[in-house]
Amino acid sequence: MSNGPANQDTAPAPGKGKAPAPASDRLRTRLGPLDLAAPVLTAAGCGGTGRELAPFVELSRLGAFTTASVTLRPRAGRPTPRVAETPSGLLTAVGLPGPGVEGFLERDLPWLAEQGVPVIVSIAGDSAAEFGELAARLRGAPGVAAIEVNATCPNVADRGRMFARHPAAAAAVVRAARAGAAPGTPVLAKLAPDVTDLAGVALACADAGADGLTLIGTVQGAAIDTTTLRPALTGVSGGLSGPAIRPVALRCVYEVHAALPGLPIVGVGGVTSGLEALEFLLAGASAVAVGTALFHDPGAVPRILRELDEALAARRLGRIADAVGLAHRPAGHLPPLAGVEPAPAPEPAELKETAP
Amino acid sequence: MSDTPVQTSATVLTVRRVQDYHAMTLVAPAVAERFRPGQFVAVAAGGAYSARLVRRMFGVYEVKPDYGGTVEIVFANTEPGTAWLADRSSRDRIDLVGPLGRPFRLPRDPVHCLLVGGGPGGAALFALADTLRRRGCQIHFVLGGATGRHVFGSRMAQRVGDSAVVTTEDGSTGERGTVREVLPRVIAETGADVVYACGPTPLLRTVSRTAAEFGLPSQVSVQEFLGTTGACGVGTCMTCVLPVHGEDGVTRMARACAEGPVLRGDRVRWGDLGTIPFDALGAPRALGLPDGGARQ
Repeated sequence: MSNGPANQDTAPAPGKGKAPAPASDRLRTRLGPLDLAAPVLTAAGCGGTGRELAPFVELSRLGAFTTASVTLRPRAGRPTPRVAETPSGLLTAVGLPGPGVEGFLERDLPWLAEQGVPVIVSIAGDSAAEFGELAARLRGAPGVAAIEVNATCPNVADRGRMFARHPAAAAAVVRAARAGAAPGTPVLAKLAPDVTDLAGVALACADAGADGLTLIGTVQGAAIDTTTLRPALTGVSGGLSGPAIRPVALRCVYEVHAALPGLPIVGVGGVTSGLEALEFLLAGASAVAVGTALFHDPGAVPRILRELDEALAARRLGRIADAVGLAHRPAGHLPPLAGVEPAPAPEPAELKETAP
Repeated sequence: MSDTPVQTSATVLTVRRVQDYHAMTLVAPAVAERFRPGQFVAVAAGGAYSARLVRRMFGVYEVKPDYGGTVEIVFANTEPGTAWLADRSSRDRIDLVGPLGRPFRLPRDPVHCLLVGGGPGGAALFALADTLRRRGCQIHFVLGGATGRHVFGSRMAQRVGDSAVVTTEDGSTGERGTVREVLPRVIAETGADVVYACGPTPLLRTVSRTAAEFGLPSQVSVQEFLGTTGACGVGTCMTCVLPVHGEDGVTRMARACAEGPVLRGDRVRWGDLGTIPFDALGAPRALGLPDGGARQ
């Protein structure tokens, strides 16, 4: 296939070496004010406290580590069964278990801060005021690279419907977190796909001060156990994640990037390989987060980074920024190509190559 | 660090039928050398492009030094993931993570140990028996199940144990009856100092209660609960939780994979499995109380 010559052309690209420590320059990316050495992060609630992943990955090689959502008080979560396996996905209703912000600041964050990885702290609350209080509690804590507002949790004042369902509610929690957080700390808003007008919610979040968006949280779903004749999860409905929702996530990223091209997006939803991560970049994400894949393959992130690096090289994309949103360009548009000399432009067909 | 788990591509050595179960031997030296009895392995089912994302968790029957180190697991074919595993043949590769979880605590002195098992979970007791034997312990088995086909390793238990009692509800193998019925008698006869158990959750509950009645410590592996509720095996997914009360008297939702699978039988709130007890740390409280009533 056309893979051969493309690889030869880009073999001497700068920064490409076997040494694992610094990711190649090609992989540097920015989420608004946040500068990341690599564009692949862990998704909230999918990497435990970080200690559980550490035997399988060098955490410093992650673009960033996103924590499980931190709540004001300790939470036990939902009763078991909390997970059901569905085609190419998981249906989960875990209920945001965690030690609460005090335990998090005392035990989990200090350890993470020593790992040499940017830490994005996901926060979740019952009300906008709780988000504000949580963000304020994180002020001055060591190693907080950014705050991710989990707007997909239930709003008690709105009969338990998600904040992310409504532009005003989503904006309220983002505004509260923005006000509570230290001025220099970027705030990302994590949104859900189960809304009529996602771009509208995204715009409201941006207006409220979000420095970026994380798209998407899980898709609501259900499964029935045909042995017990009851819902498979105690919570009846749960959040669907994994490759099953990747097309939904890509659609959301594409839609929001089209509406708000200047707003950085972390794409999340069923990424298991480098080419899938590239899809998200092309759709408009500046970084991707890996979630469910970590349960299946705890060593997934370094592999995805390596595959993404190779995929970018094969397409002569010298920087992440050159790939972001490329799918929005008209057919025949050629991106700026990385190469030692301005080689003759490749055939458009070369850009379409897929996995070997 | 030999106590940290590894992720490895293991080669299938053999897959064979044992009674109603499948026994699979995998060449995985890094897992074998780190393994301690009671720990488990998490297997990816369905190959590299699998639609099945939940890892399958199995106790380890035996590790051997052959081929640099092998790990043998025993499982029942109950669902498509285990069917895929049962279909593997020699030289196939399987993504394996292990050894995971906390092992059985071992006695310092050569004491009398009672090992209680049922179903394929009972397989994990044989690795334990081997280690206890090398420490000079006396080993007594009680294995039970609905029928003889449900009792794994009854002949092996006769061979390696100082005594072995097998119970089946239909009397097809050993005594007719249940583990619950014979346990007090066997504890008295063997003079057991400690009770170990691995198998179905109701069995573990019985063992824990009976051991407590005799004032004996019990070490039980909630491997089977983990297998039905867990997804990752390494402690990240938070789905395999069960209520366990700690030294401080506070009940916490403990992960079967990370805080277990071996737990002190008297610490598990067996009656509350599948619930969040109202007095557990972080349990939902009644609305209307100030700050949800959650602050203690």
